Amino acid sequence: MTVAVEKPEQPQKPEPPLKTDAVPPAAASGARTRKVGRGTVVAAIVVVWLVLFALLRGRQTLTLAAADLTDLHRWINDLNDSIGANRNSNPLFLYFFNEIRLVIDTLVTFVQELISQPSAGRPLPQIGWLGVVGIVGYVSWAVGNWRVALLAVAGFTFFGLQGLWQESMDTLALTVSAVVVALLFAIPLGVWAGLSDRFNRIVTPFLDFMQTMPTFVYLAPLTLFFLIGGASATIATVIYAAPPAIRITAHAIRSVPETTVEAADSLGATRRQALLKVLLPMSKRTVVMGVNQSIMAALAMVTIAALIDAPGLGKTVMKALESLDVGTAFNAGLAIVVLAIVLDRVTTAASARQETSRHASGRFATWRRPLLAAGGVVAAVLVYMSHTYVWAAEFPGEGGAGSSIAKTADTTTTWVQDSLSGLTNAFRDAITNGLLNPFQSLLTDSPWWLVAAVLIALGVVLGGWRAGAVAAVCVGLLVGTGLWSDAMTTLASTLVATVLVMVLGMAFGVWMGRSLLVDRVLRPTLDAAQVMPPFVYLVPFLALFGATRFTAIVAAIVYAAPVAIKIIADGVRAVPEATVEAATSAGCNTWQIITKVQLPMSRSALTLATNQGLIYVLSMVVVGGLVGAGALGHDVVAGFSQGQLYGKGLAAGFAIVLLGVMFDRITQAAARRVSA
Amino acid sequence: MTPTQTEVPQRRGTPQDSDGTPVISVRRLWKVFGPKADRVPESEELCGLTRRELMDRTGCTAAVRDVNFDVRQGEVFVVMGLSGSGKSTLVRCLTRLIEPTSGEIVFEGEDIREADDRRLRDLRRRKFSMVFQHFGLLPHRRVVDNVAFGLEIRGMSKAERTRRALEVVELVGLSGYENSYPDQLSGGMQQRVGLARALAGDPDVLFFDEPFSALDPLIRRDMQNEVIRLHHEVGKTMVFITHDLSEALKLGDRILIMRDGKMVQCGTGDELVGAPADDYVREFVKDVPRGDVLTLRWIMRPLADGDALDGPELGPDVVVREATRAVLAADKPVKVVENGELLGIVGDEEILAVVAGQEGGM
Repeated sequence: MTVAVEKPEQPQKPEPPLKTDAVPPAAASGARTRKVGRGTVVAAIVVVWLVLFALLRGRQTLTLAAADLTDLHRWINDLNDSIGANRNSNPLFLYFFNEIRLVIDTLVTFVQELISQPSAGRPLPQIGWLGVVGIVGYVSWAVGNWRVALLAVAGFTFFGLQGLWQESMDTLALTVSAVVVALLFAIPLGVWAGLSDRFNRIVTPFLDFMQTMPTFVYLAPLTLFFLIGGASATIATVIYAAPPAIRITAHAIRSVPETTVEAADSLGATRRQALLKVLLPMSKRTVVMGVNQSIMAALAMVTIAALIDAPGLGKTVMKALESLDVGTAFNAGLAIVVLAIVLDRVTTAASARQETSRHASGRFATWRRPLLAAGGVVAAVLVYMSHTYVWAAEFPGEGGAGSSIAKTADTTTTWVQDSLSGLTNAFRDAITNGLLNPFQSLLTDSPWWLVAAVLIALGVVLGGWRAGAVAAVCVGLLVGTGLWSDAMTTLASTLVATVLVMVLGMAFGVWMGRSLLVDRVLRPTLDAAQVMPPFVYLVPFLALFGATRFTAIVAAIVYAAPVAIKIIADGVRAVPEATVEAATSAGCNTWQIITKVQLPMSRSALTLATNQGLIYVLSMVVVGGLVGAGALGHDVVAGFSQGQLYGKGLAAGFAIVLLGVMFDRITQAAARRVSA
Repeated sequence: MTPTQTEVPQRRGTPQDSDGTPVISVRRLWKVFGPKADRVPESEELCGLTRRELMDRTGCTAAVRDVNFDVRQGEVFVVMGLSGSGKSTLVRCLTRLIEPTSGEIVFEGEDIREADDRRLRDLRRRKFSMVFQHFGLLPHRRVVDNVAFGLEIRGMSKAERTRRALEVVELVGLSGYENSYPDQLSGGMQQRVGLARALAGDPDVLFFDEPFSALDPLIRRDMQNEVIRLHHEVGKTMVFITHDLSEALKLGDRILIMRDGKMVQCGTGDELVGAPADDYVREFVKDVPRGDVLTLRWIMRPLADGDALDGPELGPDVVVREATRAVLAADKPVKVVENGELLGIVGDEEILAVVAGQEGGM
């Protein structure tokens, strides 16, 4: 993406001694030279890079073989060993980390024994499938409406039919435990951030930072303190799910109209009264939306936490991906999708309900209470039956639907691979050989100091001195991790995928921005695509392209495109109607309107889309380590599974963070420049 | 500032208690926003600066500068000014929704600035209430619960506060809507809810912060009449903020005109029109139909030799428009008499000068 756009105020500075009447044309030409200026600088950097690359190719590339370790990696290994050895003697662990682990573990085990795992001498969990379906249906109806209740019941029954009941319940148990704990912290913190400007200023940078991180990287350091398993997974999920809830709660409190708060003050309300009677009730709806975001984030994390041995659907998908068993992966992936849709629809309906409930007709309102009570009784009876009778506890059947889904997926895959392989392979090879390989070799075969200099220089040119400084620090630390070459490979995949995301984003974004009809058709699909955990995108592309880094890139593009498309569409839509009308009346054709009016005027949306696209792509390219994407993602995955690579995996996780921070800072600085 | 403090006209028969102590007495009130705001009112030199100079010198904005006035029992006291004149800040300072920088606000003999949090809350719960431009209603509560909100905060029992709220809902003409939600009502009706909420606590003083500015002109007129009617019925002291001169003249017993945080003039409507303190006020009142506002006191001329003294008599506070017919019908000039004392006379020329829109008999 080119972000070389002129800044209208600047050109006048270098040419102050101009007569006032000469300023407008001078400023215009100044702007032109300036625009060319930044573009030329970028081009010059690239040319110098290419020349030096040709001369110095293959020297000082800092490559590290897959099994090789640096001192840093060994040191982390030793640290891990010594933590392992002292886990039960070091007071910090004895009284802090182990306690947290214990509490979380108890909670998770409790919920698991309730719905998914055999417990206390029983061969089955306390509540069987019928009871869970009953509770889910009842709760969905109570907080939402009967339509989402039906959807929830159908969805949960489907898990049973797929033969994935226990796995689904494990995922649900982890998600629910994590969300409960996250909200326990997040809502009070959010209220605090909403009330206190000072606290808000303190937490905002942290929240920003936490949200730019790919889901993946939370896992590695946590295993150091909390071991591998469900507790670590839940803690990672809590950390990942809390920021959106904190942010949205604070936003909800802040957006209560000032007059209303003032009116309560003028009536002599105490702070407590103002909070309980005005601020909290008025922000309820938005807070429920925060809960929705929290749940979706938690689900995404819980599935990925399969990497650190969290039980559930994620694990099934991961195992199947590793053995390239597309059918099983597809079946489990479908269950994740269904779970995501059910959770999203129910919480969205709950938030909509806050709005509509008070306009409900009086007659219905009077019936609601007894109906709720009756529903509660029915749900309780179902729970009791599922506790007592085997047929209601264990889902009947062998999950026949699941195996036929898996078989169909396998057949389709085979068919696709047999009959379309020419096409898909041609496509794959074209992109790989035409775009990816040259770019990757440019990045990995250049001397490290050359790439470092180029990155820093681009940071300065595009984002300003501060972004350049951040880039310099990140590059320095990247070299320090000892994974420079792997980082460059990941960088190459990420950048290629981001370019393709932006191409898609511009095409569809402009189309959606210009046509309300297209917007109405596409937006629900994009919204649905966004709630999916990133994991599940890998499955269909694995079927199409096999286990290569290209699969990861395509999955990343599909994962990141919806965000970019939506941001660009909103940007194009936000261009004032009058400006477009003026351009039309000046005789612009459609192409001219798009390129001369709508895209330039939505350029801050374009940079924002680049920013988000990069972050999304990065998090996906890394998950792609599971299907042969190699590089940093592979290092992380290997680190979780092999003890002697643990240090390297942790370093790789840190390298991903560094790449993320660098991208984020440069693109955000560029976005600020552009919108200034 | 004004040459004479004429007493309040008896136009609407408002309850008068002008001899007694004022309900609210404001002295040397300052509100300065910005760093180290305290120093501004204390320093003679900084006080003398204009707003712009003060901003350049200290980075502070003086929203209210050295304002003094009294509000009498039962009157409608209007503070008028354009946007940015500090009127909304002023009214918020009176109940300390905004903390004043310096000065004195005496309410029923008590300096409000001395009140601690508990006392201040108590005053807000029982003595003051406020009506806001953007209503400030709670969207998640029905009308009746909105009206009862202040009573609820006081800790009144549910049955009692609902009973009281229903009374007030009826008083403001919203019967039948008590179970609606605010977003189901029009703007004018929403402001009636705001009014009812302010009245429910039976406060001594009602503050209105541009309550009708967000409404359509027709509804605004209805609401103004509503306030006049309520003032008749409940006789509360009211402090009314507006940027609309005709609203100020229609409602106000006395009007305070503010500009850049300073008070420019304080007096009755006819004083502002008849004796504007400076060009700013003169410009403001230029388009007011003078005959509707001025009284005979403003247009009468001293008795000259040869004036016939057997014409009809009228009081000095009769509005010109109402006197026009009587004056023009009489052959002789009308005598302006107050308490048996002859103040002056008004003839056809004086009346016509006003009614025809020329400069009045000053």
